[in-house]
Amino acid sequence: MKIIVLLKMVPDVVEELEVAADGKTLDSEFLRLIANELDAQALEEALLLKEKYTGTVTVVSLDAPEVDDALFTALAKGADRAIKITGGDGALGTRAGAYLLAQALSTIQGLLPADLILTGAQAIDDLDGLTAPLISHLLRLPQLGIVTKVSVDTAAGVATVLREFPGGVRGEYEIKLPAVLGIQAAEKPPRYVPVAKVRAAMKSQVIHSVPAPMMADGGVALLQVAAMAKPEVTEHAQMLRGSPEEIADQLCEILAARGLV
Amino acid sequence: MGTASHNIATQSKTLPCEMTLENLTEFPEGRRVLTCIQCGTCAGTCPYGELMQYPPRRIIGMLRAGELEKVFTSDSLLECVACYACTAKCPRGIDLTGVLLPLIKEQVLLHLPVMPAELQKALENKLRYGNPMGESPRKRAAWVKTAGVPVRILSEDPRPAEVLWYVECYTSYHPRGQDNARATARLLHALGIDFAILGNEEKCAGECGRLSWERGLYNTLMEYNMLVFAKYQFKMIVTSCPHAYDAFRYRYPIVGFNYRISPVPPFFAQYLPQLKSILKRNLNYTVTYHDSCCLGRHNNLYEEPRALLRAIPGVKLVEMVHNRVNTICCGGGGGGMWLDTYYKTKGIERLSERRVKEAIATGADVLAVACPYEVSRFEDALKVLGHEKKMIVRDITELLAEAIEV
Repeated sequence: MKIIVLLKMVPDVVEELEVAADGKTLDSEFLRLIANELDAQALEEALLLKEKYTGTVTVVSLDAPEVDDALFTALAKGADRAIKITGGDGALGTRAGAYLLAQALSTIQGLLPADLILTGAQAIDDLDGLTAPLISHLLRLPQLGIVTKVSVDTAAGVATVLREFPGGVRGEYEIKLPAVLGIQAAEKPPRYVPVAKVRAAMKSQVIHSVPAPMMADGGVALLQVAAMAKPEVTEHAQMLRGSPEEIADQLCEILAARGLV
Repeated sequence: MGTASHNIATQSKTLPCEMTLENLTEFPEGRRVLTCIQCGTCAGTCPYGELMQYPPRRIIGMLRAGELEKVFTSDSLLECVACYACTAKCPRGIDLTGVLLPLIKEQVLLHLPVMPAELQKALENKLRYGNPMGESPRKRAAWVKTAGVPVRILSEDPRPAEVLWYVECYTSYHPRGQDNARATARLLHALGIDFAILGNEEKCAGECGRLSWERGLYNTLMEYNMLVFAKYQFKMIVTSCPHAYDAFRYRYPIVGFNYRISPVPPFFAQYLPQLKSILKRNLNYTVTYHDSCCLGRHNNLYEEPRALLRAIPGVKLVEMVHNRVNTICCGGGGGGMWLDTYYKTKGIERLSERRVKEAIATGADVLAVACPYEVSRFEDALKVLGHEKKMIVRDITELLAEAIEV
C-alpha cells in the first residue's frame, strides 16, 4: 500500500505569539515552528497501516523553519521517503497551500497514484480543517475528515474508517481508494523515537528537495490577510466573596438579573 | 546547532566509542558485570526490588543466558529510579546504575509496546525546549528579575567570571525551585562571589537523559552545552542540580569537559567561617536532612550539607532511619520524575511518600533537601498523606538565606 502524509509546520504556542509591525503577520523574531499535532497523528496512523498491511509512507511538507527536524524524525520513525517543497511563499494560507500541495503531488514523479493521502483533520492555523477537503477536490478523490480509525481491504480497494461527530457519535464509512483522509487521532499515541535514531537518520538518509511547481493565474493569492490582532480584553471576571450562603444569594441575583433563571 | 532552527546536532565531532550491550566486554567496567556472584544484594536493597519482574540480579543472569530480550519488552525497568542503591551495595563493585541498567533501559525504550505518556513528553520537551516541563527557553532566566540581588547573565555581559552557576531546569522554572534560585543568588551575593549564569542559553545538562533511557538526547544536550561553555571564561562551575553534577563529573569529560565543578552545598561549605558570621537569625527548627542519591550515595557528599545546616543558629539536626548510604530515593531519578501517573496506575507506592513517612517519624519541623527534584515531590507527598501542616520542605539554600535575613 502506498501512503502519502502531508505534514505542515505551525507556530509553536510555547512561545508567546506577537503580531508583527505590518499588522498582518506573526512576528517572526521569536516565532518557532513545530509539526502540526494532528499531522503527527496522521503520520502515526500511516506508520501503523504500513506495519499492518506493508507498503510505503512518503511524507511531504512545504519548506519552513525546523521542517528538516520534523522530516528526519518522520524518517527515523519509519517513513520511507521525505519530500520538501522549496521556494514557495512561506506564509501561504490553507487554500493556497492546498493548491500548491495538490500541484506538487501531481507533478512530482512517483507520488501518485497513492492508495491513501493522510493529513491532520485540523491545524491551529486552519481550524476549519480545509486542507483535506481542498486536496481531495483538486485531485478528484473521495475524502473523509475527523477520522480516528482506518482499516483497509486492499483486494477490494476500499477502506473502512471511523469518523467522529459531536456528542460522542461515531460513524463507520466505507471509502473507495485512492482517498484523502483528515486524521483526528491515530489508533495509538504518536510513538517516541529515540534521538539517536533521528541523528542516525540525519547521517544516512536524505530529504528530497523539490522546487515548488509554477502556479497558474496567481493561484497563490486566493486569500489575503487584511489585519491580525490579539483578542482585546473587554471585561474581567467578577469574583464573588463571602460565606457560601452569601455567594449563593449573589449568584441567584446575577442569574435572575440576566434572565437566566 | 544551538540555533532555534535545529535541535538535533549532527555536525559536532564524533563521540568516542560508546559502550553497548554488544561490546560490553571490551570495557573494564563492562567485564566487571560478568563477575556477578548472583547474591541478590542488589534486588534486596532496591527500593522497588520486591515489585520488579526483573531485578538487577536476574537481569545479569539473563544476560549470561542470552535471554535479555524478555527484559526489553517488560516494563520492569520503569521501576528503576537510578538511585545507586544496588551499585553502592554490590560486593563485586559492579556499577549497575551507571553502566548496565542504562544500556538495558535504552533497549526497553525501543521495545516497550506503550511508552508512558508523561515520560515521552518530558523527553521530547528536553530535546525541543531544553527543559522537561516544556517551558519556553526564552523564560529560563525570568526568575532573575525577582532575585533581589544582581545576577549577571553572560550573554548580556560576557566578562570572565569566577563562578559559572549552572542553575538547571527545576531551579529555573518551578515556582518552588525559583525560591531556591533566589536564595542561592542571595548567598552568592552575600559572600561577595563573582558569579554569572548562562541565562536563556542554558539547557538541561541531560543526566536523566542517559539514566532514563535516552543516550541520543543526552549526547545532543551535552554537545550543545559544551559549545556554550566554550563561549565564556570562568574558573569553575557550581550547579544547583546534583544530576547535572553527575553529568559534568562522569560523562562530559569524554568530550573534553575539564572545568572544576561543585554542587552548591559543598561549594558553600567551603565558606563556612564567613557564613557563620552572617548567619545571625535564630531559626529554631528541628531539621531532618534527606540525602539525595546523586549527592550522597553516588558522590559521598554526606557531611557538607549537614555542616551547613549545623551552622544555622537554632537548628537541631535529627536523622531519619535511612540516612547517608542507606538513604531512600525521592523517586524522581532515572525518569521517575515523569512516571508518577504510571506508578499510580500500577498501584505502586510512591517513594516520596515512603520517605516522607520516615521524615515525619523523626518529629522534625523541616525536611531539608539539596536536589531540585525533591522539594515538589516531598511537598506533594506531605499533602497526599495529610502531613502538610506538620512539616515544611526547604532546600538547604533556602534555610541559609532565611538565616542571613534579619
